[in-house]
Amino acid sequence: MLSRTADHLYWMARYIERAENMARVLDVTANMSLITNPADQTESALWRPALQICGDVIAYDEAYGECTAANVIKFLTMDDNNPSSIYSTLRSARENARAVRVAMTSETWESINTLWLEFSQFIGADFSKSGLHEFCEWVKARSHLFRGVSFGTMLRDDSFRFLRLGSFIERADNTARILDVKYHILQPIDEETGGVDYYAWSAVLRSVSSFQAYQKVFRDTIDPKRVAEMMVLRNDMPRSLHACYEEIVSIVQQLSDRRPTECKRLSGQLLSSLRYGKMETIFEQGLHEFLGDFLRSNNRLGGEIQRTFFNAAEV
Amino acid sequence: MDTAKKRPFDEMQLANDAVRDIYALYAEWLRDVPLAQLESKRLEAELLFRRVGITFNVYGETAGAERLIPFDVIPRILAANEWSKLSDGAIQRVKALNMFLHDIYHDQEIIKAGIVPASVLTNTQYRPEMQGIDVPNNIYAHIAGIDIVRTGESEFYVLEDNLRTPSGVSYMLEDRKMMMRLFPDLFRRYSIAPVEHYPQVLLNNLRAVAQPGVTDPVVALMTPGAYNSAYFEHAFLAQQMGIELVEGQDLFVRDNAVYMRTTEGPRKVDVIYRRIDDDFIDPLAFKADSMLGVPGLLSVYQNGGVTLANAVGTGVADDKAIYIYVPEMIRYYLGEEPILANVPTYQLSKEDDLKYVLAHLPELVVKEVQGSGGYGMLVGPAATKAEIKEFTLRIVSNPSNYIAQPTLALSTCPTLVEQGLAPRHVDLRPFVLSGKAVTLVPGALCRVALRDGSLVVNSSQGGGTKDTWVLNHA
Repeated sequence: MLSRTADHLYWMARYIERAENMARVLDVTANMSLITNPADQTESALWRPALQICGDVIAYDEAYGECTAANVIKFLTMDDNNPSSIYSTLRSARENARAVRVAMTSETWESINTLWLEFSQFIGADFSKSGLHEFCEWVKARSHLFRGVSFGTMLRDDSFRFLRLGSFIERADNTARILDVKYHILQPIDEETGGVDYYAWSAVLRSVSSFQAYQKVFRDTIDPKRVAEMMVLRNDMPRSLHACYEEIVSIVQQLSDRRPTECKRLSGQLLSSLRYGKMETIFEQGLHEFLGDFLRSNNRLGGEIQRTFFNAAEV
Repeated sequence: MDTAKKRPFDEMQLANDAVRDIYALYAEWLRDVPLAQLESKRLEAELLFRRVGITFNVYGETAGAERLIPFDVIPRILAANEWSKLSDGAIQRVKALNMFLHDIYHDQEIIKAGIVPASVLTNTQYRPEMQGIDVPNNIYAHIAGIDIVRTGESEFYVLEDNLRTPSGVSYMLEDRKMMMRLFPDLFRRYSIAPVEHYPQVLLNNLRAVAQPGVTDPVVALMTPGAYNSAYFEHAFLAQQMGIELVEGQDLFVRDNAVYMRTTEGPRKVDVIYRRIDDDFIDPLAFKADSMLGVPGLLSVYQNGGVTLANAVGTGVADDKAIYIYVPEMIRYYLGEEPILANVPTYQLSKEDDLKYVLAHLPELVVKEVQGSGGYGMLVGPAATKAEIKEFTLRIVSNPSNYIAQPTLALSTCPTLVEQGLAPRHVDLRPFVLSGKAVTLVPGALCRVALRDGSLVVNSSQGGGTKDTWVLNHA
């Protein structure tokens, strides 16, 4: 298929996934702000992690300065100067889709076009006052719809593969960031004072839709190490790093069927560390270091995909 | 001429208010349909078109702003015998135009015969790069849009030929799909000729014009990109034909061949259906600052390494200054009488014509020779004194840049407007395809001027579209 088409499909899927993850982080953070005792945590301490997960703290500080709920929400939802606000990512998704609408089924294209048309109802909304939860739910539902429609209607060809590849690369990145930021900030649960941290950890799980899964799997109180295990090593958790890389490796194999590529090697290497890794070892090494390495490798794979398939030389 | 005051010919109703035969079933159906229901169907159509993204960018508005071309729910109906005349006439015209293009880029017999003046060779649309170049099957205009207007029961005129990158066929197809969805009962009452096979016919024709020796030709559609006003149509046609939609940046030239950049390496392209003007296809040959084209494309084309559809240089045959010679071309090349007439045209480069036109501006339509899309024209009867004065200055400063035609009382067709049903002026653009044979599918883009009294149907000027029904019977 055309390199440019593959490029657009890949990024379209990445942007949709990014918007969804952003919505998850925002929703959970806002929810936390209702539970947390304001005496314990300042507004800034509560909202800063959302900024750190979603990327550009420096750009935020330059534009807004003080870290308040209202400002962070604005920055991450509707700010068109912020390239990773939900507004900007959805717009980019739609622009990418529009450029290659031929390469997807008309249902898939319509799901994105409708998303963008519906978005206009939120323009001018102030989510720091009301409606943030509904908005986040809407973003998630639209992302689910897009995934479902593309999965349910598209031919299993390279178009589909590049689209899925984008989703999983982005999702792996987002899950790793959420865990890294939260783990860094949260303290291990204190046996006696427990309360707030219990909610904090359950919020982390909710941000990757794993709260119910956790309870089902462990039938136990929330233990940060197990939370990390859920999000890193468990293959049956659809947003875990391991699950993402099972998909990525299988897609990359199919895409580079007839030739050896660096993408194949990189993704395979990463998968084996997740498939055969042990949580104890990861904690010995330091979770933060592990996640930092992972994010860098995931990024490198992204760059390699770009180089191999999208910017291929003429010869 | 006081014809402008007379009620123009209406596609549905005769002067005595009787309904024309072909509309009888429709009128009967319409009697039982309340206006509110038509209006809600119109809204439904608008919603669907927006969701599918059948939108149009208008030059001069904010970049990327997307608008819908208004869709009217009342069809334009043509009887089988009316259609066969239009169809024969359009085919005849395109045959002659292709022969003219081949002639002008080879031996130029028609100039030697004194039928077309040698000044055609100084026309900016004449491409010396094409002189002596052979193209497969001698076809230059593979896709031609012939704009036809009607002024009476059997009076049809060709307003202009579009031989460069004519657009609008997606509306012919999408409007039909929409009508079948909105009014399935009407399609049971009428026997309407289908148009849905257009993309298949087009693809077969494109494959037929690959260079000799190419066995399984790869066809691609080349678009200027997502911000072009007709991008929806480019994407739509590529999808319908199952071919790649490419931009200039997706193509490159090597060893007298054109390749697409794909995820699996370069792939050779044999036929390019390009929806991008001559000026922009190759920065090495034409506009050097064009970011849309492919460096070296023209030289591969000249050496027979790829086929372009339409060919380079077709503009010399659809230029408004050449238009007046088309009836003579038909006689000269085909030895036939033209089936469809031209609109009488004044050439302002001629002194007598100029004098007449300047004295009669309020009753004429003046067009720029190379203008298109309804830009740069004066519609005399609708213009203010100041506009006429301003246009006079433009004409006098460069008369040969203009032609003028009498204001035709274009036929009207009932159209749903704010006040209810009202007659609005329409035209018709059938698409003639050449490759294997010269054919057209029984249908056309029907454009309607939505403003009361307006004669300008161009979508860029607020025109809308209607589905065109060609009946299987008289």
